[in-house]
Amino acid sequence: MQLRMTNDELRMTNRLRPMIISSIHRTAFLLLTAYCLLLTANAQSDGSQQNQTGKAGTFAITNARIVTVSGAVIENGTVVISNGKIAAVGANVSIPSGAERIDAKGLSVYPGMIDAGTNLGLAEIGGGAPATIDVAETGEMNSNAKAIIGINPHSSHVNVTRVNGITTVLSFPQGGIISGQAAVINLNGSTQAEMAIVPLFGLVVNFPRIALGGGGFNPFGAQTPVDFTEALKRRDQRLEDLKKLFRDAENYAKVKEAGEKDKNLPSSPVDLKLEALVPYIRGEKPVIFTAERERDIRGVAKFAADLKIKAIILGGQEAWKAADDLKKNDIAVIYTNIYNLPVRDDDAYDFLFEAPAKMVQAGVKFCISTGDGGAEVRDLPYHAGLASAYGLSKDEALKSVTLYPAQILGLGSQLGSIETGKIANLVVTDGDLLEARTNVKYLFINGRLLPLTSRHTELFDSFKNRK
Amino acid sequence: MRKAIVFLMLVSISLISPNLLFAQSKNEILIRNATVLTAAKGTFENTDILIQNGKIAKIGKSLKASANAQIIDGSGKFVSPGIVDCHSHTMLDAVNEFSYSVTSMTRTRDVLNPKDIAIYRALAGGVTTANLLHGSANAIGGQNITVKFKYGKAVEEFPIADAPPGIKFALGENPKRTNFNPTPNAVPRYPRTRMGVMEVIRDAFVRARDYKKEWDDFRAKKSNVQPRRDLELEPLVEVLEGKRLVHAHGYRSDEHLNLLLIADEFGFKVATLQHALEAYKIAPEIAKRGTGASIFADSWSYKLEAYDSIPYNGYILWKAGVSVSINSDSDERMRRLNLDAAKMMKYGGVPEEEALKMITLNPAKQLGIDRRTGSIEVGKDADIVIWNAHPFSVYAHPELTMIEGEIYFDRSKDLTRRAELQKERETLEKLDVNRPPGSGGTPPKVPTEQRRADLDDADGGNR
Repeated sequence: MQLRMTNDELRMTNRLRPMIISSIHRTAFLLLTAYCLLLTANAQSDGSQQNQTGKAGTFAITNARIVTVSGAVIENGTVVISNGKIAAVGANVSIPSGAERIDAKGLSVYPGMIDAGTNLGLAEIGGGAPATIDVAETGEMNSNAKAIIGINPHSSHVNVTRVNGITTVLSFPQGGIISGQAAVINLNGSTQAEMAIVPLFGLVVNFPRIALGGGGFNPFGAQTPVDFTEALKRRDQRLEDLKKLFRDAENYAKVKEAGEKDKNLPSSPVDLKLEALVPYIRGEKPVIFTAERERDIRGVAKFAADLKIKAIILGGQEAWKAADDLKKNDIAVIYTNIYNLPVRDDDAYDFLFEAPAKMVQAGVKFCISTGDGGAEVRDLPYHAGLASAYGLSKDEALKSVTLYPAQILGLGSQLGSIETGKIANLVVTDGDLLEARTNVKYLFINGRLLPLTSRHTELFDSFKNRK
Repeated sequence: MRKAIVFLMLVSISLISPNLLFAQSKNEILIRNATVLTAAKGTFENTDILIQNGKIAKIGKSLKASANAQIIDGSGKFVSPGIVDCHSHTMLDAVNEFSYSVTSMTRTRDVLNPKDIAIYRALAGGVTTANLLHGSANAIGGQNITVKFKYGKAVEEFPIADAPPGIKFALGENPKRTNFNPTPNAVPRYPRTRMGVMEVIRDAFVRARDYKKEWDDFRAKKSNVQPRRDLELEPLVEVLEGKRLVHAHGYRSDEHLNLLLIADEFGFKVATLQHALEAYKIAPEIAKRGTGASIFADSWSYKLEAYDSIPYNGYILWKAGVSVSINSDSDERMRRLNLDAAKMMKYGGVPEEEALKMITLNPAKQLGIDRRTGSIEVGKDADIVIWNAHPFSVYAHPELTMIEGEIYFDRSKDLTRRAELQKERETLEKLDVNRPPGSGGTPPKVPTEQRRADLDDADGGNR
């Protein structure tokens, strides 16, 4: 970045400038910065927009088409926002005096969308900048790794995502067998704590599977294929190791509690990894298992039943095939496969597009997610829309990115629909929320009216009139 | 006697090619009463399209067809031109000849796999034509081939015979190879910097210019020694002569501009800047040279040099008068280029038809095949997609995709065949070789599937 020295670049990277700029140029630089600040009072420097947490207050969105999601559409109504919450919604509601009115004639109000499967904030630039990647810790068992600690509140992905109507995401770590703990965050806030809704939501476990390859593609070296029986044994061994670890955590918790009750017992050493597992083995919080194939998904159901833990499937290509096991064990699916190709050549071309419709038919509880690292989470509505192009009803498609993810994240009473008392995460649009041509006109997170600016609008403003 | 000869000729023609005699009637299709998005002359409701001999014969209301024409009811449907993807590696068994920094002698047409399932999936997304490019590992890569996705046909039927030839160039991170693990103990390949990349290209064109002079001198009889053919430099001479299109991969605006300056220096034109995610920073410079931009709609941040990419790129370029196409560079993304075009309306406000052109007529122009394809106009190849809804709607899917009047994707037939395929699959799975061990099966030690072992599951192997 430092090597690129156009005038517009100076503004974009002004936090880096003083370190490398000579004193001769410093005055010019400061003048330029001041000029740019005058020119675009609203624009912030790269990423630092998160310092601007919008405008709090009492708002009334009037004359709007209100798509409540949980109930009927109100063709001409008002939503009142106060103290960060939805204070009132309906065709005839009284507007508090002093409320800032937003005339939404011709516009629609939707609940903010929720993507329950991202690495948003953990990965800024995919290639060529490894220092910006905090997705996967080294090692196999990282129960104590916490996404909320790695999330960069000032990532440019935050604004780019929310200006397309996505207001809440689950951000999860990857890697190893136990990757760490995922966080549910709102896409606004200057600190991790300000963003967090559920800082430690769930434990991510990559369910061990029968892998025939050595793992990882190496263009210069051939794969060493593994014998199927061998691969099966290896999978079973990994499952046993995992079970043992959970049971160790259970025992660890018992010893610790006994020690707290009876001070005469010898003190046991703190083990951070086991300690982190305790709420999960006790079923207080869900374990999110990545699994795609039917046999692995059934494997998760059995594993969860054996250990009496709460499970969620992340991925879920063939979840509809394992509907019986999933329903029996009350396991929901965070489906991340709309922008993926079918795995097998002889799969139907729309195998992964139509899976959500099949989940509805089979009665599987699910939501649709991008499964994206961060930059493309803004495409969430189109994932749901494509599922609808291949059989999912429009109503289900909308729920699959609003109410359903809220419910799966345990936030069904706080998010995902427009109802009195819920958190005021709202999007006002000029059309169908899921359509690519639709524009977001107003955006509220936690009842704060946010500017619709991002790294992209800033660069656009900088260059759109260059002759 | 004359009559007898004519009769014999007719008989012999029908023996050689029975289709030839009946070609006209067999190929006649009438699409009735559809909303037609021409991508050239506007959108027409309740309109018919008559297709004869693989070409668009008529567009209008209440058209008549011969008795045995195939009639397709287009009521409530939308018809668009087949999508043209200006940057793809579908069908290629090999993408990069990594070894040298200049591999202009290599050709993607030598590694086409007509059975690639990605072709069918692309057809199911409305794509009929693609520019199959060499990879971006080298400053000057291999020769590309423009094909139509005639899935099920022999490989030689895929290339568009009269499409101008082209070649891939690449700038920035990829030809530098600094983001990639080198082969152990190997000496790093030159170049390693953006300075070196430009010098590799300049050096190649200095050599090509000299080589061209040797041939010019020989042909003008100034020299008696016939030069030895140089397969590396021949394609570059064609570039100098304006006979071969340059498709230049790159991201940063400065390096794309530097390439345009080298092209100015040697007197050739760059056909397209590929990716060109920062092209919006140099839109006037690109417009001035008549160079096209073939971009991703909104991909960004996946690598350092894509960090300044913005979804308004297409709009700024379009407004500056640059020919813009939206490509996929991906078997997956290729299936939803219609939505990528729709995004151009959202980001900046490109008008609908101009946005549609970005996946049809504009890439066809950039590839020099717009006389044939890219729009619904009389006389062009009948490369046509029928959609259940407006192709810019997220709720749309193609129902039928045809190339030159032949149907290569038909959703209703695909759905009908599924039960049959499932049965076949179950039969195959019961064969001894496919049964799991322990149940009497004798599975082969090495999986026989084509797909890579590390992609056994969708998550890409052991994470």
